[in-house]
Amino acid sequence: MRWVIRHCLLAILVFASAASGAPSGTLTPPPPELPAPDQFVAKDRPGDSGKAILLTWKDPPSLPAGATFEARRAEPPAYEWTKVADVKAGVQRYVDATAKDGVVYRYELRVHHADLADTLGLAGTIGPAVVSDPVASHDNWIKPERMNSLVACVLFLVLLLGSIGMAGRGTQFFIRRIAGLNAVDEAIGRATELGRKVLYVPGILSPGDIQTVASLAILGHVARATARYGSDLDCPNRDPLTFTSARETVRSAYLAEGRPDLFREEMVNYITYDQFAYVAAVSGRMVRERPAANFLIGHFFAEALILAETGQSTGAIQIAGTADPAQLPFFVAACDYTLIGEELYAAGAYLSREPVLLGSIRGTDLAKAALLLLGLVGIVSATLGHDWAAALLKTQ
Amino acid sequence: MTGLHFDIGRVLLLVCFGIVPLVGIILGFFAPSLRRQLPLIVAFVAGIVPILSLYIPKAFLSAPGQGMSPRLDQYLIIVAGFALPLGVVNVIQLNTRKVGRGEKGWFFSLVLLIGLFVMGSFGVYGAFSGTGIGFLPNGAPTPFQWMTDWLFQPLQSTIFSLLAFFMASAAFRAFRARNVEATILLVAGVLVMAGRVPLFDLLAYPFPPLKPAAASLTQTMGHLTEWIMDGPNSAAQAGIIIGSALGAMAMAIRVILGIERSYLGLGKGD
Repeated sequence: MRWVIRHCLLAILVFASAASGAPSGTLTPPPPELPAPDQFVAKDRPGDSGKAILLTWKDPPSLPAGATFEARRAEPPAYEWTKVADVKAGVQRYVDATAKDGVVYRYELRVHHADLADTLGLAGTIGPAVVSDPVASHDNWIKPERMNSLVACVLFLVLLLGSIGMAGRGTQFFIRRIAGLNAVDEAIGRATELGRKVLYVPGILSPGDIQTVASLAILGHVARATARYGSDLDCPNRDPLTFTSARETVRSAYLAEGRPDLFREEMVNYITYDQFAYVAAVSGRMVRERPAANFLIGHFFAEALILAETGQSTGAIQIAGTADPAQLPFFVAACDYTLIGEELYAAGAYLSREPVLLGSIRGTDLAKAALLLLGLVGIVSATLGHDWAAALLKTQ
Repeated sequence: MTGLHFDIGRVLLLVCFGIVPLVGIILGFFAPSLRRQLPLIVAFVAGIVPILSLYIPKAFLSAPGQGMSPRLDQYLIIVAGFALPLGVVNVIQLNTRKVGRGEKGWFFSLVLLIGLFVMGSFGVYGAFSGTGIGFLPNGAPTPFQWMTDWLFQPLQSTIFSLLAFFMASAAFRAFRARNVEATILLVAGVLVMAGRVPLFDLLAYPFPPLKPAAASLTQTMGHLTEWIMDGPNSAAQAGIIIGSALGAMAMAIRVILGIERSYLGLGKGD
């Protein structure tokens, strides 16, 4: 009886085992071993202001699809690893921007696969770790990737100061005529004859924009001319900083010409910070007060054409200037004279006729010639299959 | 070490933009020529710091939010904040005077003052009452928002829409074939305009058999337009941009070194 029961139980077990489909007499195969990352290096990120460690490595050739790299960090002598990031395969670099300057860290990198089962059959397999040398972040003295720009700037400075030095020693340079600037006195003279005011719009940006600084320089000359001729000047502003700067510029110009009595505070006035409300106010003044000369010099946006066309419809002499290629066609179409690009920046020097300032224009021209030459050489070398010129001029 | 660098930047800025101007103003009472030199010194420091920070990433100079250069940007915002009330005061002074004297255009000044005070009052009310200047919790607009939506923005759009008409009048003047250059401009302009709109498709619309040819012509014109814009137009623009960049650099160096002083209203020998 006992023998029958034993064999029946055995038969039930065999049947149950066959029904469950589990292979009898075999083990679950071990998960594939994950490789270790190659050439793992942790170093201070070069050319930065500190607080960053750069991790670089190479993906191992046998990396399975779907694997990621897990970066961890510890502060020696303690080895309590903290996860820093999970990086996808192929990226091969990571910047830890949470590092503190002067603190020594060690980094550990290992391959992680979320979909593969580990030896216990749980999801997620981790490969062997590679640990970096100790590293600490610090701020640097130079940005290596901007060396080309630095060298170009130094060369430009040498050209500029050399030309200024030569001009200071009495060398005469030829500066081509700029029609728009020659017309400044003519326009102000006409306004004086007609007994009408001169309108000067210094763009709509703050003096933080170099075009506004150039415009203020021209405003200084225009204000000196209106002080000399005794004509009225109106300078409406959109930016409050430009407004305060322009007021000081005009005040100093009248003082320098010995006519502080002619200066009135309302000559330089503020309108509004809103672009189109400003345009409406200035256009209204153009139509109502009919200034004889309009200067639209500085950085303009959509208001360029509205102002220029309104001024054109009033019959005023219009001298415009901007370095923004998008607005230049509007000024060219609607104004009598237009200062194009670099002419705007040369205006202060051109109008003052100071040899030292004129020398700087010559320096700029020399730099332009050098750039043209470099461009031509680059085109030829690129055509011949060399890309050194493109690499040389690459900015970061 | 980092804290020390941070302090160095802060101290340098304080000296350059706090102590030096203050000392200069005080000394300026005794020596007026010094008062003129002071802005040049401040301009030198304010100009040289951002340039150095472009190449020197040291924390005291360029660390985001803490270095001298980012702090200078913050100073600019603060100074602009103080300059804005000066502008508002100027607007009130100027227009009140115009209305008081009954000068030409006084009515426009009156409208401006009413607008300024009404909008300003609603803004101040919104700030102090806690309702803000946007929408109320029930979705209804605040008075400030209502005026913005129904008065200010329509007026803004009106001014902006003038551009379309001014563009037409400017194009009419610019596209007159007075000489060779103007004729080239005219031809290029017409080609670009024709390439940017489905002109031939429109012309062929009443004639279905011509539609494939029109589509092909539109495509060809599109390619021609792209070539004009990417080739000659880009080349000319690049020339202007390179010249402008060099001019801007030269201007910046002149200002930083104090050679260019006309933006201060000063000239030779001043």
